[in-house]
Amino acid sequence: MNIYLQTLTRDLHSAIHNLSSVLNPLLFFIISISLFPLAISPEASMLSQIAAGVIWVASMLAVLLSLNTLFHNDFDNGVLEQMVISHHSLPLLILSKIVAHWLLTGVPIILLSPLLGVLLFLDNESIKILMLTLLLATPSLSLIGAIGASLIVSIKNSGMLLSLLILPLYIPILIFASSAVSQAQSGLEIDAQLYFLATILVVSLMLVPLVSALSLKISLE
Amino acid sequence: MLKINNLSCQKGYNLLFSHLSFEVSSGDILHITGTNGSGKTSLLKILAGLNVQEQGTIFLKDYSVKSEDYQRAIFYLGHLPALSAELSCLENLRFLTTLNQSVKQPLLIDALKQVGLEDYEDEVCAKLSAGQKRRVTLAGLILSKAKIWLLDEPFTALDPQGVEMVEQYITQHCEQGGMCLFTTHQSSALKNQQVLAL
Amino acid sequence: MWKWIQAFASPQNFYQSSEKIIPWLMVPFILLSLAGLYWGLVVSPADYQQGDSVRIMFVHVPAAWMSLFVYVVMAVAGGIGLIWQIKLAFVVAKVSAPIGAAFTFLALITGSIWGKPMWGTWWAWDARLTSELILLFLYLAYMSLNNAFDNPKTANKASAILAIVGLVNIPIIYYSVEWWNSLHQGSSVSVSKVSMQIDMFIALMLISFAFKFLYGALVLMRSRDEVLVREQNSRWVRMLITGSEK
Repeated sequence: MNIYLQTLTRDLHSAIHNLSSVLNPLLFFIISISLFPLAISPEASMLSQIAAGVIWVASMLAVLLSLNTLFHNDFDNGVLEQMVISHHSLPLLILSKIVAHWLLTGVPIILLSPLLGVLLFLDNESIKILMLTLLLATPSLSLIGAIGASLIVSIKNSGMLLSLLILPLYIPILIFASSAVSQAQSGLEIDAQLYFLATILVVSLMLVPLVSALSLKISLE
Repeated sequence: MLKINNLSCQKGYNLLFSHLSFEVSSGDILHITGTNGSGKTSLLKILAGLNVQEQGTIFLKDYSVKSEDYQRAIFYLGHLPALSAELSCLENLRFLTTLNQSVKQPLLIDALKQVGLEDYEDEVCAKLSAGQKRRVTLAGLILSKAKIWLLDEPFTALDPQGVEMVEQYITQHCEQGGMCLFTTHQSSALKNQQVLAL
Repeated sequence: MWKWIQAFASPQNFYQSSEKIIPWLMVPFILLSLAGLYWGLVVSPADYQQGDSVRIMFVHVPAAWMSLFVYVVMAVAGGIGLIWQIKLAFVVAKVSAPIGAAFTFLALITGSIWGKPMWGTWWAWDARLTSELILLFLYLAYMSLNNAFDNPKTANKASAILAIVGLVNIPIIYYSVEWWNSLHQGSSVSVSKVSMQIDMFIALMLISFAFKFLYGALVLMRSRDEVLVREQNSRWVRMLITGSEK
């Protein structure tokens, strides 16, 4: 089997053996969203207005929580060293790991989002848009987050630091994605937002593996 | 031939070593000695391409450290076992070897047998002792086609039989025209070894 | 040219020559800021709409410009350090961060003071203020990453990468915030919307040049300290401190 494919399946396998690392961010995603009706108001009109923003913020935080493990385990056990010195392309090895990360966090979040949309009284049409924005932008979350994860991989107790580095960079995604849903709720065109999200995805797909490879090499020095 | 010329290495604000030049030819076994903190690990990491030297050059024939041909020619065994705890010996070994060069399943199982891990193929690595983990990584070493072995403390955690086994592999590898650079704090009984003191 | 740069960029040379440059930056800073204050507080008229509170623009706008300018310098210096391995570039990047953060903070505070008479609140989610706030977050992220490493070499390079990634993101962030703002707010008075008169423009320019000189002087002063720390084991620093070879 090809090394890049094997990197991907290896991460999926590890996740199956260590299920809580996959489930915990998802549980966090669900629990944190269900706090909002309790904190603000259970009224449908109120909740449907903030639903898109709440779900989007929660999914960012959930992705952020799961990013800690993206490179950390492999750094601690030395596999990352072997990846860096192997003759295979490090950016592509990293991209495989990022794809695995997206399959383990982004995809479950997308699949859970209709349920949470219903809980927050989003109408069906808006739920579809919500899922579309998640589909377009959760890969970007994994990608951009990977830069942060590779920068802090050699630092101990770096959980808070990661959120400090990454959350400001997530802001454009948050703005475009949540406004797409709320604009759709009021029946407006949302092409512009979707194009922006797609552009961010394509650009980060091209640049992130290179930047992340460079930062991993620096971190291992 | 591996040519190291005028190498300097700095860690933090401290200079570990400077103006280090030496050559390693096919068949050479080089034992790198020195006190703690003298830069043995840093030297091996520089040769592996993990660390960047302050000064100096490293060439294997005409290939520099960053070239693909150089990377193909080395196998680096560091302090860490390069195994993930959740996966089985076989899965770990397969990944480790694929990073260098793909190897067929029967050969993997055979290599595990050689290092004394028969019937451990499906055991999760978290359950292995430190010595057994080292043996899995050593199985990767046997399977690699790399010409230059860079072994950082290869004997740690191994029992006397294990140490003897590794010494045998090193001798064998170098008799077949390979090179081996290693560090150890145990007295090593390798024949024909040269010593580089840092 | 290249040799000259490398010679100047050697830590020892930099330490010795920078001492002579600092007064040449401090004096213009003091003169320009005095002139700017005179122009801004005395010569320039009050705004017909905003009254005297418009005068805070003469600090706010230059500070906001500087906040971006310093970030660009920081990222570019980091990039130069990464590509050409010039140690001094990393020093400049590192010492610039707190200065840039201070300018950003100043822009936020003055914006907020301006907001009280204009909006009736200390804070509004105005596009420019929001972007400044995010820029402050970027500076703080850079500084905490830089401080988190034990190994100064890794700290230099890793934070340089973060600064460059941030620099690429800044236009996207500014644009998205601008766009977000236009969705949610109608055309209210914004910090950036002031009808400009020639006297105001002169005051603005004087202060903004004064800030540039101040930044230059501060970078040199802080870089000198940082160079001493980084070169603590080299002979010239020991000689400087003890006055002898030992």
